[in-house]
Amino acid sequence: MRQSFGLFAASAFALAFGIQGVCAADKPIVGLITKTNTNPFFVKMKAGAEEAGRANGLELRSFAGKVDGDNDSQVAAVENLIASGAKGILITPNDSRAIVPAIAKARAAGILVIALDTPLDPPTAADVTFATDNFRAGELIGQWAAKTLGAKAASAKIALLDLNVNQISVDVARDQGFLKGFGIDIGNPARIGDEKDARIVGHDVTLGSEEGGRKAMENLLQKDPGISVVYTINEPAAAGAYEALRSVGREKGVLIVSVDGGCPGVRNVKDGVIGATSMQFPLLMAAKGVEAVKKYATDGAKPQTSPGLDFVNTGVELVTDKPAEGLPSIDSTAAIKKCWG
Amino acid sequence: MTNELRTSQSTAPLLQARGLTKRYGRVTALDHADFDLYPGEILAVIGDNGAGKSSLIRALSGALVPDEGEIRLDGQPVFFRSPLDARAAGIETVHQTLALSPSLSIADNMFLGRELRRPGVLGSVCRVLDRKAMQRIAREKLTELGLLTVQNINQRVETLSGGQRQGVAVARAAAFGSRVVIMDEPTAALGVKESRRVLELILDVRQRGVTIVLISHNMPQVFEIADRIHVHRLGRRLTVIDPKTYSMSDAVSFMTGAKAPIEMAA
Amino acid sequence: MITDVGDGRPGVQVEAALEKRDARVAEFDVSAKSPLRKLQHFLHANPTAVPAIVLLLAVAAFSLIVGSRFLSAFNLSLIIQQVTIIGVIGIAQTLIVITAGIDLSVGAIMVLCSVIMGKLAVMVGLPAPIALIVGIAAGAGCGAVNGVLVTRLKLPPFIVTLGTWSIFFALNLWYSASETIRAQEVAQSAPFLQALGTSVDVFGARFTYGSFFMLALVGLVWFVLNRTAFGRHLYAVGDDPDAARLSGIRTDRILFTVYVAAGVICALGAWTLIGRIGSISPQAGQTTNLDSITAVVVGGASLFGGRGSIIGTLIGALIVGVFRNGLALSGVDVLWQEFTVGCLIITAVALDQWIRKVSA
Repeated sequence: MRQSFGLFAASAFALAFGIQGVCAADKPIVGLITKTNTNPFFVKMKAGAEEAGRANGLELRSFAGKVDGDNDSQVAAVENLIASGAKGILITPNDSRAIVPAIAKARAAGILVIALDTPLDPPTAADVTFATDNFRAGELIGQWAAKTLGAKAASAKIALLDLNVNQISVDVARDQGFLKGFGIDIGNPARIGDEKDARIVGHDVTLGSEEGGRKAMENLLQKDPGISVVYTINEPAAAGAYEALRSVGREKGVLIVSVDGGCPGVRNVKDGVIGATSMQFPLLMAAKGVEAVKKYATDGAKPQTSPGLDFVNTGVELVTDKPAEGLPSIDSTAAIKKCWG
Repeated sequence: MTNELRTSQSTAPLLQARGLTKRYGRVTALDHADFDLYPGEILAVIGDNGAGKSSLIRALSGALVPDEGEIRLDGQPVFFRSPLDARAAGIETVHQTLALSPSLSIADNMFLGRELRRPGVLGSVCRVLDRKAMQRIAREKLTELGLLTVQNINQRVETLSGGQRQGVAVARAAAFGSRVVIMDEPTAALGVKESRRVLELILDVRQRGVTIVLISHNMPQVFEIADRIHVHRLGRRLTVIDPKTYSMSDAVSFMTGAKAPIEMAA
Repeated sequence: MITDVGDGRPGVQVEAALEKRDARVAEFDVSAKSPLRKLQHFLHANPTAVPAIVLLLAVAAFSLIVGSRFLSAFNLSLIIQQVTIIGVIGIAQTLIVITAGIDLSVGAIMVLCSVIMGKLAVMVGLPAPIALIVGIAAGAGCGAVNGVLVTRLKLPPFIVTLGTWSIFFALNLWYSASETIRAQEVAQSAPFLQALGTSVDVFGARFTYGSFFMLALVGLVWFVLNRTAFGRHLYAVGDDPDAARLSGIRTDRILFTVYVAAGVICALGAWTLIGRIGSISPQAGQTTNLDSITAVVVGGASLFGGRGSIIGTLIGALIVGVFRNGLALSGVDVLWQEFTVGCLIITAVALDQWIRKVSA
């Protein structure tokens, strides 16, 4: 009895797949593979991709890793898309190196592969990359912090709240960009933590969450209660750090900077929780990616990279209500219109 | 010469069952089984593996609800839905596995499932345990049965040896079993010395006026202490024999079906 | 051995029979033990001693290495604040582990409840206490789902909660649309939800209402586990479910109750979480599942059931907190925190196995 049911189920599935394969011939398929589906950044990216897909007459199939760093799910997704005959794949890789073999297979099958937000390693493993220049994002907030402190920048005490221990490219780029922008010698730009500057109190990890931000801030404050500048990997971590500072009454005396440009983060800039944040444009990234796939599907043309970079820069803007001299920025009111999440 | 024996001043049976039946799908574990137990005796129940002894015992102790049949205690019909009902009627069972919780203490195990609560509000509303009372009573019961040098009544049961655990299980049954104590293979896992002690314990319990049902594979022990022997075969009672008039090999032959007993008097 | 007492009814002349028999039916031998065996026995009888000793040693060690920045009243109370949430969730996990189960969905239940409470209070506009109660009811509901699957369908708790982890987490993402509600917004619309984050200074130490809440909860559950019949039954069910059943304990009912209780405790943990981070975040609690299991294991509970204490779990959580805080203050790379926690877990389980091997 069980065997016959299994047989029935198997044949039903096979039939369904067959029919699906036939029907798929109408709209070209574009796949979106994000790092996770929990981070609002990727949720909005997916929303942007879906809308762009509708506008461009493409069928969007989305996948995600289970957690930050989950490469295996992404590999499976790529293989799935190859089998479905997708025309293009947009991917934010969890592991820029480990995903390359699967990507190579996809390109060999004639699929256009676009890396979003995080470049592959090497960047040429993808046809093109649409990304935020994360280093520049960090640099902007670093420069803002240094300029805002003015003379006090020389004796500042800096806490760095990073993502996790894995030293992934996004984490490293923002962290090192911030330090460079602030004016600190960063040693190896591909490595967090090798700096020797005495102004750095320490690094800790937050997993990009409020809880992590709070705990990391508390521990660094214990190391040195005189911290005056806090760099955070993203706005949730910044919010957590703020709570920690508030509980010891130091929230007014410390500069918090961040990266992301999510709407809650922009509102936090308005409320004075975050001093400045570098805004990214995930919706734009996704939309540009989908458009590129459409173009490729129509006439086989591949997109060109921005001059001097091996990716297409989707732009980064500094958001702050206290502009620093010589540093272009937009204020929070204007930013609310552009934010995501 | 009848092969059914009654104690000479006979009284009605203390515990009686008629026509107990239990089926599990196509397997019939109990097939209209009968059972008689007289007050103050030690009744041994013997039978080959798969004969249905365990099912019979479980039905009598409330762990199994039979599909058909009737059980009477003191002549009144009773219906056991769970072991709790049988216990409430004064029937205690010492299971083959002892049913002791290894990480709980001796005192905790004695009262497992029937813990004492503190008097007053603490007991009824907050449901606080009266641990001192339970420890005291546990110590008393163990001492009564001669388990004298109890090192620590709060000792975990898993730190005791097989024989000691058996002692605790028997003490528990004897403490609460006011009418009947059923023992399922009490010496099966024990060595010679410890088995002897458990047998003595059983006799002790009987001396205190409790009736005992003993399931065992150990013929010498059965023949040593039983007053009557109930032979169970193929899900029903085959016969009841007097150990004084029958031999061990007779009993085994009946059990395995090699020999048929003379027709029983009803 | 059957004495003939004349009138055919045994048991009449009790005294005579009693005098004749050998008094020593079962004894408890006291044989000489080596110091190591004595230690093993002591630890077996007092399982919470091990984590307590480890905690004291850890505090001493870090005080030496780091100095007064570690040993200050402020820092020690900070550690308590940092482990408050895991302390609460650890209580739920301890109850489940005692019944020889495990609950991988505790973190997901916590986040789901926090999102429900937050959204109802801030977005929908319900009064915050009502939102809290609805959140707690939701926690009970999640626990009931786990309980039904474990008791009715008889599925192993590991598998059940592995599945419900994903289900509750997905519900959390769906209901929140992955959007965070900022702390400032919560403070404006529903400050009651942040109540457990209020701090209180005592002799230079800083506690939050949340820490007191956690300690009170620990006390309450300790009481239930150790002073009521329900607690005894919980241990019995985890230790040997057949023995429990034969003793008349309703194992299914106990298990179901425990899972529902765990769900309620996770919901209370959600309230504590909002107090600590101020905001309603659907990304919270990602490591809570494993952290709670770590606290339970390091605290001396056995994953095989029947063994474990609430105090032990609290100490386990504190041990991990002390190590993380101490290592961070020592300036050691964050990598080594993960390494150390791993070592703690293995040591704790190995010790537990050794202690269990005690025999008479």
